[in-house]
Amino acid sequence: MGNYAIETVGLNFNFGNQVIVKDLSLKVPKGSIYGFLGPNGAGKTTTIKILLNLLKSPSDQVFIFGKEINSNRIATLKRVGALVEQPAIYGHLTGKENLINRCILLGIKKTKADDMLALVGLTEAANKKASKYSLGMKQRLGIAQALISDPELLLLDEPTNGLDPNGIIEIRNLMIELATKHEKTILVSSHLLAEIERTATHVGIINKGELLFQGTIEELHLLSKPMLEIEVDDIESAIFLIAKSGYEIITQTDKKITLPFISTQNSGELNTLLVKNGFTVSSLYKQRKDLENLFLDITKTN
Amino acid sequence: MAFWAAILLPVIICGLITFGFYSNSAEIIAAHNPPIMLWARYSGAALGIMGLLIMPFYVIFMAFSVNNIEHKNDTWKMLFAQPLNKFAIYAAKYLFAVFLIFLCLFLFASLTFAFGHLLQLLVPKFNFDQYNPLHILINAYAKLFLSSLGILSIQFILSLLWGDFLKPMGIGFVGTIMGIIAANVGWKYAYLIPYSLPALVLRTSKVKKGGNPLDLPIFTQEIWTSLIYAAILFIIGYFIVTKKSIK
Repeated sequence: MGNYAIETVGLNFNFGNQVIVKDLSLKVPKGSIYGFLGPNGAGKTTTIKILLNLLKSPSDQVFIFGKEINSNRIATLKRVGALVEQPAIYGHLTGKENLINRCILLGIKKTKADDMLALVGLTEAANKKASKYSLGMKQRLGIAQALISDPELLLLDEPTNGLDPNGIIEIRNLMIELATKHEKTILVSSHLLAEIERTATHVGIINKGELLFQGTIEELHLLSKPMLEIEVDDIESAIFLIAKSGYEIITQTDKKITLPFISTQNSGELNTLLVKNGFTVSSLYKQRKDLENLFLDITKTN
Repeated sequence: MAFWAAILLPVIICGLITFGFYSNSAEIIAAHNPPIMLWARYSGAALGIMGLLIMPFYVIFMAFSVNNIEHKNDTWKMLFAQPLNKFAIYAAKYLFAVFLIFLCLFLFASLTFAFGHLLQLLVPKFNFDQYNPLHILINAYAKLFLSSLGILSIQFILSLLWGDFLKPMGIGFVGTIMGIIAANVGWKYAYLIPYSLPALVLRTSKVKKGGNPLDLPIFTQEIWTSLIYAAILFIIGYFIVTKKSIK
């Protein structure tokens, strides 16, 4: 338990009769960037709210830094910074005032507000009313708010939502920097795998409240096995020949045959076999199922 | 916004009454009121409207706006995700609302006093300077303040629960009308309706003004009712806050 920043044990959560989170056992190691993936409505935001004790969880199911959350609410929240859904910003205050407000609430030095504005690139807009901010600027201000207390654990709910490509890259780099240089643990939720893939060290995939996959990003890659796709003229007889020669066929369409990829040499032999038997092989290539499809598969089969 | 309302409301109302007295000064002087009655007429103009209508509505509006700032900006979740005691957040909000009511009424009392003397300067024939009304003014406004705490607690909870304007406003509106009617028909148990307390409190102080104006007990039955309501509802509100799940 000591090595996890977040650990949930068989966490269940309902809104009335509606099951939102079912038997969820998250394990977020310290110092990791944990990508929390799932389609919209999978229960990601609910889970994050539970981790912040905004939604009451049953006792002994949620542990932050090894401590049960309901009985250690203030102590755990001190070590956590969060951005949940849309950033919570007072529209009638400027960006800087919003951060100073947070400093006063938490008893932090006010100079920290300027540092944070610089960090998220809002120094120029510091004295502009927050209600006049663009979505991306609000998102940055939200991240600044989450970081201002210098928490050990960051919970970011779709932090790149509404950011332009530049902003997305900046946030991504910021996350990597925070995790590697400042040894922070980050849980970042998203419905886009491509976004998580580049930063996360660990991944959890959730759908309809259930955790479908949890592990390191390498383990996720291992799940996607490379395939060999062959396009050939007389499909029926080709399949007969390939099967007779002892190969396993995964799928076939009226144009393509898909086999597990074994090695480059093996692919060459298969090609020779087909050509020698009078088939015209129009293409033969190695196909790696990308993570995006894998993600879709994982969430679809459920 | 509630803060500015707390300042503007007394300034505008006292200003209007003063202006009214100033422009009608000839008639009023002709009535030859003794100084104490002149002060009573003058401050009664502000107190009358206050107690009946504006006070309940101002309290409703303020309880609403103190909570609405969090509803509107969707910042409850942020507040409750901070390492702060939930009671501290709740109590701070409540006390700020109490402070605003106090500020508003304090301004009313001091402006009534100041503008009265200003009138004296402008129209030397008035006899405002021959009586010191501070005691009565402080007494009346202190009672108004205490009697409004019951309404504040109810409205505070309503505004805490609902993010929209209509529900707390509607309930408050109906409550205020009921309170005024109950207070005016002199229903025996009218003091049990928090909304009628400001009106009741002012009436008792007016009735007794004819007798001995300096002998006004502050802690009457109405005030106690208001304070008990405020205390009980404040505690209930705290339990609502701790149980509240933020969606």
